[in-house]
Amino acid sequence: MRMNLDKNGSSEKSPTFVYANIVLIVAFSLLFSRLWYLQIIKGEHFKNLSENNRLRIQEIAAPRGIIYDREGIPLVDSFPSFDVSFFQQDVSDMQPLIPVLSRSLSLDPERLQTKLDGAKGLPASHPLKLKVNISREELAAVETRRLDLPGVMVDMVIRRNYPYENLAAHLIGYLGEISQEELEREEFVNHKSGYLIGKYGLEQKFELDLKGENGGQQIEVNALGRKMKVLGQVEPNPGNNLFLTLDLELQKAAEEAMAGKKGAVVAMDPRNGDILALVSKPDFDPNLFARGISPANWKGLAENPAHPLQNRAIQGQYPPGSVYKIIGAIAGLEEKIITLETSFHCPGSFHFGNRDYLCWKKEGHGRISLRRAIVESCDVYFYNLGLRLGVDRLAKYATGLGLGKETGFPIGHEKPGLIPTSSWKMKRFGIPWQPGENLSIAIGQGFNLVTPLQVATALSAVANGGKVYRPRLVQSVKAPHGEILKEVGPGEAKTVPASPETLEVLREALWGVVNAPGGTGGRARIDGWDVAGKTGTAQVVQRREGRSFSNLSEQQDHAWFACFAPARQAQLTVVALIEHGGHGGAAAAPVAKKVLENYFQRHKAKPPSSLKMARRSSADGTEER
Amino acid sequence: MFDRRLLLNFDWPLLATAILIAVLGVANIYSSTFPHTGDFTPFHLRQIYWLFLGMGLMFFILFFDYRTLVRYAYPFLLFCLILLILVIFFGRLTSGSQRWLQLGFFSFQPSELTKMGLILALTRFFTEADNPYGYGFRDLIVPSLIFIVPALIVFKQPDLGTVVLLVLIYASILAFVKVHRRTWITLGVASAALVPLLWHFLKDYQKKRLLTFLNPDLDPLKTGYHIIQSKIAVGSGTFFGKGFLQGTQSQLHFLPEQHTDFIFSVLGEEWGFLGSFFLLFLFLLLISRGLKIAYTSKDRAGTILAAGISSMFFWQSFINVGMVLGIVPVVGVPLPLFSYGGTSVLTTLMGLGILMNISMRRFMLSR
Repeated sequence: MRMNLDKNGSSEKSPTFVYANIVLIVAFSLLFSRLWYLQIIKGEHFKNLSENNRLRIQEIAAPRGIIYDREGIPLVDSFPSFDVSFFQQDVSDMQPLIPVLSRSLSLDPERLQTKLDGAKGLPASHPLKLKVNISREELAAVETRRLDLPGVMVDMVIRRNYPYENLAAHLIGYLGEISQEELEREEFVNHKSGYLIGKYGLEQKFELDLKGENGGQQIEVNALGRKMKVLGQVEPNPGNNLFLTLDLELQKAAEEAMAGKKGAVVAMDPRNGDILALVSKPDFDPNLFARGISPANWKGLAENPAHPLQNRAIQGQYPPGSVYKIIGAIAGLEEKIITLETSFHCPGSFHFGNRDYLCWKKEGHGRISLRRAIVESCDVYFYNLGLRLGVDRLAKYATGLGLGKETGFPIGHEKPGLIPTSSWKMKRFGIPWQPGENLSIAIGQGFNLVTPLQVATALSAVANGGKVYRPRLVQSVKAPHGEILKEVGPGEAKTVPASPETLEVLREALWGVVNAPGGTGGRARIDGWDVAGKTGTAQVVQRREGRSFSNLSEQQDHAWFACFAPARQAQLTVVALIEHGGHGGAAAAPVAKKVLENYFQRHKAKPPSSLKMARRSSADGTEER
Repeated sequence: MFDRRLLLNFDWPLLATAILIAVLGVANIYSSTFPHTGDFTPFHLRQIYWLFLGMGLMFFILFFDYRTLVRYAYPFLLFCLILLILVIFFGRLTSGSQRWLQLGFFSFQPSELTKMGLILALTRFFTEADNPYGYGFRDLIVPSLIFIVPALIVFKQPDLGTVVLLVLIYASILAFVKVHRRTWITLGVASAALVPLLWHFLKDYQKKRLLTFLNPDLDPLKTGYHIIQSKIAVGSGTFFGKGFLQGTQSQLHFLPEQHTDFIFSVLGEEWGFLGSFFLLFLFLLLISRGLKIAYTSKDRAGTILAAGISSMFFWQSFINVGMVLGIVPVVGVPLPLFSYGGTSVLTTLMGLGILMNISMRRFMLSR
């Protein structure tokens, strides 16, 4: 045979095969001896380990990222709390445990049973969370009954705390236990059941940034489930931090101004779209969620008729009322339907079709031109304008200022509002647009719906000379050691379809609303700060006979006040909406004023051109009077 | 006309050993996945289906001369590469890596099949480019490409276990053909230089995973924990084992992948030293049988092919068992015929079919 091989030119064959067999024998001898070592020499040791002592993985939760305001003040922090977990491997029969556990932890026995049943598929070495954030009493109860509770372990964990409680709750959001459905999502591959994740607001939107990476300990425990020895440890990686555009002081002022009211306030920097304060009332305390919300508390929030979980600033859709006259004025000037000199006669009502459309001022404004029509919010002037303008031309400017669609606010759940057009109405109702409707929409009634945030971006565009910014809330995401991971620049801007001259006319007229005699927004006046704004009163119930004086708060009008200051080179836009607040000038303007005051007290620098504006405007005022 | 010598030369001991390993494997899969709750077909049954399918493939291969198979080696490798590329685009993602193609009822792991593709292609190359004076560096450029292209794609998935196997199979085949000593050195230096380059192209999480493969202590919560648990399982089996379905470690599902990569720990715990020794002995028998076929084959193709397949079985069983026993870093490599896994079973039985084929036709060269 060997001869045969050599003939085939395989003289190299035999030594190679000898080596191959040697490698084979050596490798398998290694395995055999290792087997002998593990099973025969150390066999008893491992047998003991497998029967008496147990190795486990205990998770160390990563501290969640902190959310800071624009000055670097933390809006959230953490506190230690205790969780109870259970290791099923320690117990063959859990039935006797259930009554003891349910008593100690005040848990419903049936709920406990379902929790235990649900954990059957989990690896035995991994714990099942029974209850999070137990009280001191429950902690004491579990600790004293340790001997009756094999497999039960108490861990200390760091829990989220919101030191300012309800402040900016709708922005920050809240946490909740991850659901089965969420666990199956691709983005949550590293999450496990029992984890608390962001369910709303920034906590939800930035969950993956804030979460961090859990660490853990490999520990050896005795038969009672007590930790004996730490065999290995992986430190957790803290989550990344969020830096907001929010100004804590301003937010506080806005929250205070809104105390006891229902509605929303948005404060925005018109120069870049930064959100400085955003309030929605009524609100909630996110701490309730961080500590594991009780079913009763949850029901109280979810079923509350005042909807405290709704973020009215971005989800509340309201008729804009007279605030919408700003849009009408821009459209009228740009479409050359009116000039500054165009005037209409206001006898207190406007007859169209077979109906009288009323002005809020029964006795009428007399002959009135654009500037005073805005200052005094004359409805008849805008009925005339609306009739000549028509719905579609008005809609062009409304959408051009960012109304009728989401602003792109980063926390999501935003509502688009509604800017009607004739084709929209045809599609929606199958009825053509009626000329009479041009009158209602010109004063912001009818189908128009806007959110307070949309009004803030639109008004900011008037203030800054025509740029509609996408509101910015998060400036940056930074790693725990400060490295910038994501940076959000000032929001992208869209240009408004209006000339600088038109916007200048508007700014000046809006200054008059607050500062000129007869202006509807006089309650927002701050000496030396040239506030410019517009009041709005949005009808909740459709009426034919002027303003209602109903005492039913549900039927009271919504009060709007949208303003910016200083009128020239504005630094701050504030929009206040008070649900069922009544008249905008009376109910909403003082709220906006408080926010402005807080801001300007802290930003003492005066605007450079305020005097000039004041002089020219007062001259206008006397002329018209 | 059917030649009686074919039947005479059929390697019955090889077939018997393989069947014995497969039967023991099914029993262990049964135990490791016990109790069989859930709506899906239990793993041991699925393994049986795969085994029958694989046996069919194995006997089918016997009808063709293995030299015919070698002739189709390049198209076959190309087919494997296409499957690997399909995985990149349509593959199913499980725990961070993409290795599976979902084909209706079952999923398929092209990286397994690629091992056979590599062995066949290398066989064809070294048969055609026969060089009695030994291969130099330049001669090895083409075979190195044959190896590197699939290895890189598998590396990208990442399926590091298969990459390691491809490297070892390639090196083993080179050992069986004649390569100059200085070429060995050049190859060694070249691959050492390649490592930092590859490292550079890895993502952070992949680096972390690799480092953990090399040093499980870096990850005491996952891999490190598995190694300790695996050692406890095997060690606690002692001499006689705890008995079928009696292993506490395995029955409590301490181990991940305990019906696939860590299946040997279940055997160790339940059947003790006796059972483990017996299984390892069967593998030793299987591999030495393969080497013998390589040795007695009278043409170059048969020798290289049989040696390549034997080396594949050898490295897989050594790495897998070594990993369970804690002497080899943890990389995902199945134990041939023993671990659960359809593609692995098919690939192994395909390899066995080729071995039997070579053995059967060893006296037919004179024709």
